[in-house]
Order: sequence, then C-alpha cells, then structure tokens
Amino acid sequence: MESIGVLMACPMNPYLEQELHKRFNLHRFWKVPEKSAFLTAHSNSIRAVVGNASAGADANLIEALPKLEIVASFSVGLDKIDLAKCKEKGIRVTNTPDVLTEDVADLAIALMLAVLRKLCESDRYVRSGKWKKGKYMLTTKFTGKRVGIIGLGRIGMAIAKRAEAFSCPISYHSRTEKPEAKYKYYPNVVELAANCDILVVACSLTEETRHIINRKVIDAMGPKGVLINVGRGPHVDEPELVSALVEGRLGGAGLDVFEHEPEVPEELFGLDNVVLLPHVGSGTVETRKAMADLVLGNLEAHFLKKPLLTPVV
Amino acid sequence: MAAENQSQTSQSDLPCVLILKPPPSFALFGDHFLDSPKFQYLKAYESPLPLSQFLHTHAQSVQAILSSGGAPVTADTIRLLPRLDLVVTTSQGLNHIDLSECRCRGIAVASAGTIFSADCADSVVGLLIDVLRKISAANRYVKQGLWSSQGVYPLGYKLGGKRVGIVGLGSIGTEVAKRLEAFGCSISYNSRTKKPLAPYTFYPNVVQLAANCDALIICCALTDETHHLINKEVLSALGKDGVIINIARGPIIDEKELVRCLVKGEIRGAGLDVFEHEPDVPVELFELDNVVMSPHNAVFTWESFEDLCKLVVGNFEAFFSNEPLLSPVALDHLPQFSG
Repeated sequence: MESIGVLMACPMNPYLEQELHKRFNLHRFWKVPEKSAFLTAHSNSIRAVVGNASAGADANLIEALPKLEIVASFSVGLDKIDLAKCKEKGIRVTNTPDVLTEDVADLAIALMLAVLRKLCESDRYVRSGKWKKGKYMLTTKFTGKRVGIIGLGRIGMAIAKRAEAFSCPISYHSRTEKPEAKYKYYPNVVELAANCDILVVACSLTEETRHIINRKVIDAMGPKGVLINVGRGPHVDEPELVSALVEGRLGGAGLDVFEHEPEVPEELFGLDNVVLLPHVGSGTVETRKAMADLVLGNLEAHFLKKPLLTPVV
Repeated sequence: MAAENQSQTSQSDLPCVLILKPPPSFALFGDHFLDSPKFQYLKAYESPLPLSQFLHTHAQSVQAILSSGGAPVTADTIRLLPRLDLVVTTSQGLNHIDLSECRCRGIAVASAGTIFSADCADSVVGLLIDVLRKISAANRYVKQGLWSSQGVYPLGYKLGGKRVGIVGLGSIGTEVAKRLEAFGCSISYNSRTKKPLAPYTFYPNVVQLAANCDALIICCALTDETHHLINKEVLSALGKDGVIINIARGPIIDEKELVRCLVKGEIRGAGLDVFEHEPDVPVELFELDNVVMSPHNAVFTWESFEDLCKLVVGNFEAFFSNEPLLSPVALDHLPQFSG
C-alpha cells in the first residue's frame, strides 16, 4: 500500500502521522506552500484524505482529487466534510465514534464542576500564595442541579448517565424524542433552557444546529444559568455569549470549542465564572491512540476491500 | 420600662451555648447566622477576659458548645464546664474535639452528619478529572493567549476504566464511589472494617490498595492511626501513573514526602483541598501543572451552609427541648485523636 497517496489535512497526532507514513505515501498538506499546484501535481495519486475537527474535505478539495475514494476523519464530528459531495461521487467517509464518547462526556461534567465549584479559581487563589486563615470562597453545589442536554446521541446519553450519579434531574432536546430515554423531552431549546440550571451542547453541527445557542436561549437561561459547550464552536452565537457573560446576564460558561479556534474572545480571559479549554474533548493519550487505530483500521479495510469499521457514507 | 425589664429577664432565661471562636459561617454570613429564639450564644471571643477567666465566670451557665475546626474543644475546656452536656460542631470532621473526654463525661456530640458528603464527593470528582484532564492548567493556557500562539495542548489521561481506591468508605467515600462508577471506574477500598454490603473490593491495608489502583482518594477521618497514613511506602506503591486526591485532612498525608514525589515525577499528580499546615502550602507545588489545589473549601457551597444552619440550630433546639439530636455522633466505637 506504500504507493497509495494519502493526504493528511493538518497535524493531528504524531502516532497517526507516523503510521500513515509507514503504510502509505503520506502527503502533509500543511507543509505544502502552493496548495493548488500541489493538488494538480498529485491529483492522480491521492486516494484518501485524513481530516479532523479543524480540517476535512470540502467541495473544492474533493473536486481537486478525482481519484479520492475515502475520507477518514480523526473525529466523530463531520462538519468539515462535504458529505453530500462524497455521496454524489461515491466517496466513503469514516469517523471515530464510541472510542471518544466517554472522554467528551467526562469533560462536560468536568466543565460543570469547574464552573459551579470554581475549581480553576480556587487553584489560582492557592497558587497566588494569598490564602489566609479565615478567607473563604463560596461556590455553588453541583449535586441535584437540573441538567439540560441538547442532542441525546452517544455523547449526550453518556453525559446524562454521569450527571444522574450526582442526582441531577435530566431533560433534553433532540431532533426527535427518544422514548427509550427516561428523561424529560422539550420540543424546543428555549423551553429546555428555561427549565434547567446547566445547559450542555452535545449535538452534531449541521445547518439546523448552527447558532442553536442564540440570544433567546441565553435570555431563557437567565443570570444563574450555566452553558457548557463540548460540541462545535458554531453551535453558539459567540458574540452574543460573550456580551451576556461580560454583562452578567448569564451565570457562567464552560467552553471546549469556539467559532474561530484557536482564537478565543479575549473578553472572556478575565472572567472567573468562565472556564476555557483548547478543544481537548477527546484529548487523552488513551483515546487519541484508539482514534488513530480506528482511522488506520478503516483505511486498511478500504484498500483491502473489506467492510469499513465505522462508515458514515 | 417594665416591658424592657421583662424582655431582659426572658433573654437571661434562655439556655446558653458557648462559642470559643466564630465558625466560618459567621465570616461569610454574619454572626447572627445560627441564631434561634430558643437559646442564646455566649461569645467568648467578644470578651476582654482571658479564656480561663471567662469560662470560670460562666461555668454554671454553659450547657452546650458550638465548635468548629478553628475552635477546638479540649479536655481542659471541658473540665472547666461542669454543666456541659452537648458539643455541636459545624464540621463533619471530629479531630478537634476531645471525644474520649466527652465519652467519660457523658457529653453528647453532634456533627454536620452527612450534609456535606455530596459536596465533598463532587470536589473529589472535580479534582480528579482536573488532574487527569489538566482542566485548570489548560484554562490558564488559553487565558494567557497561548493556544493561538503555541498551539496544541498536551494530552491528558482518560478517567474511564481507571481503578479508584478509596481510603475510608464512610458517607463521603460511598458518595465518591457512586459517582465514579458512572464514569466507568472500578472501585476498591480500605477501611477500618470491611463493609459487607459494599459491592467493592476490600484491601486490608492502604499499601495494597495503593498498589492496585490508579487514583487513591482520601476520605477517612484524621485520628492517631491515620496520621501520616499516606507515607513513602504508600506513595511508592501508588507509582508514577498514580494520582492522589485529598479532601479529608492534611495530616493524613506525609506532605514533605508527597511534595518530593510530585517534584520528582514519582506519581502522576495530586488534587488537594487540605494541607498539613493550612493555610501554608508548600511553594514547590505552585510550579506544578499536575497539581490542583483548593483552599479547604470542598464543603463551601451556598446550599450546604443553608443545610448546616438548619442542622446546627435544629440540634441545639432539640437538645434544649429534651428531644433526640438530629445528627448525634456515636462515641462508643470511635478511635482516638490526641491532637
């Protein structure tokens, strides 16, 4: 398979890169100075693209690679891939579901605890060396708080399971109601937002869910509401969120994703009720290896004409 | 005039509760936070008299004491108060009360019971995920603008599937176990006695527990036996992939040894709400990104204080009405803490 051209969209994982280099003819797109010239030169040899949450395969790239057979994403989200175009051209698409579900759900709960219990602020306070006897920091209890989940897929269900262990009543909004799920369903996000203490975004990014967290939803959450986003940055109308937090119209936020990563609105830097993470939802040694193995396994299966492990298209 | 005299008389009829030093809730909510119309407080800290003189003066009126971590009840104090029948502490911990003296004198003790257990357990989970997933460190990274300039943040470690070892499977330990099971962790524990109803693996000593877990959680009381329970041997058994979380009492861990292990990378990380010499914290820890610290505030939530107020006042009111205490501590089977 060493002659098969594989285009890696951006740096994502040293182990994956190494293995792709060993098994295929790997092209590192981020190292190419003249991208369109490159694509023209290699249009006949690139048969696979490996993308992730930052960069995938849009219509232009797909058009430029007539021999493209498969797009394997090092992510579960598919928003950076033009799925319709892939379907049209018979290009297979795979992602990395299940292996990262637990890590993302763990992170959602971690953000809830970090915001409510002021974990980062407490740590900063002790590190400042200013802790004196008789100085106390009051925080908000997490156990028993109402958790509202947008998107009750694998990750949403995993978040619900964890929050239940803290006796949190669970409610959700999803495209369709899930009768097997014993949680309260709300037919729209504003109603969900008005009836929970912590709102967490765990759905996929599509045309419909872009800016699903908007001014109306933020208003419904109110000045004690806490927003957690472990989905995609564009799920949230970021300028609206920033002004709500700065003006105290929203109680707090825990954000792992942003509209223009790695740019993060600087107005949020000074807010102690906001916890900001650099898109680390699946960022553990164990899970990234599992994700990489899944990408490699899918590519291998495809080129050996075996069934794909985790096909989407 | 007559009315004033009357109210003064009824005020002095109220039973007296002694407070040696104000509890943390007074600093946060003012010193009428735990008031009740059914009893009054004698605030020793407001008197110009030296304590022994103050106690001598009021010896016959003091039936009960409101204690907290910073206002210990020693045998000396107890011996100066012949009418003392009850100590209510605002904490779950009891290491600041001379329990054997209370037992001898037949003095009842009431604590915060289990009202803080959920908050403590939540702190444990928060600290553990923070250490493994580098939440506080990554938050610092982003807020310093380093994500856009320096790029990708180092990977953390997955919580799911980790083996959790709980030292002390009491109320807090049980709440911790329940939560971490939902994250896919396996639970084992060491306790003074095996708990036959607990569905978790029991290890007869802490070294064995440490050797068989990835995260060691300290949830036990501080007593003579548990002082420096977590020592060099235990930390070595825990190993370089192990994390330790302490929300119990600082002196349960040999802090010098812990700091040495962390600085040398001999354990993976630590989450600490308590320290041997609070509020002094070893400065070596300030340099470490794999350590997450909090200023002994694991129970400091608005909600818990509301619950505490009801419980403390409720305990005193029950006592003075000859009704059963709401959260009595059983003194018969308690181990010693000689301070």
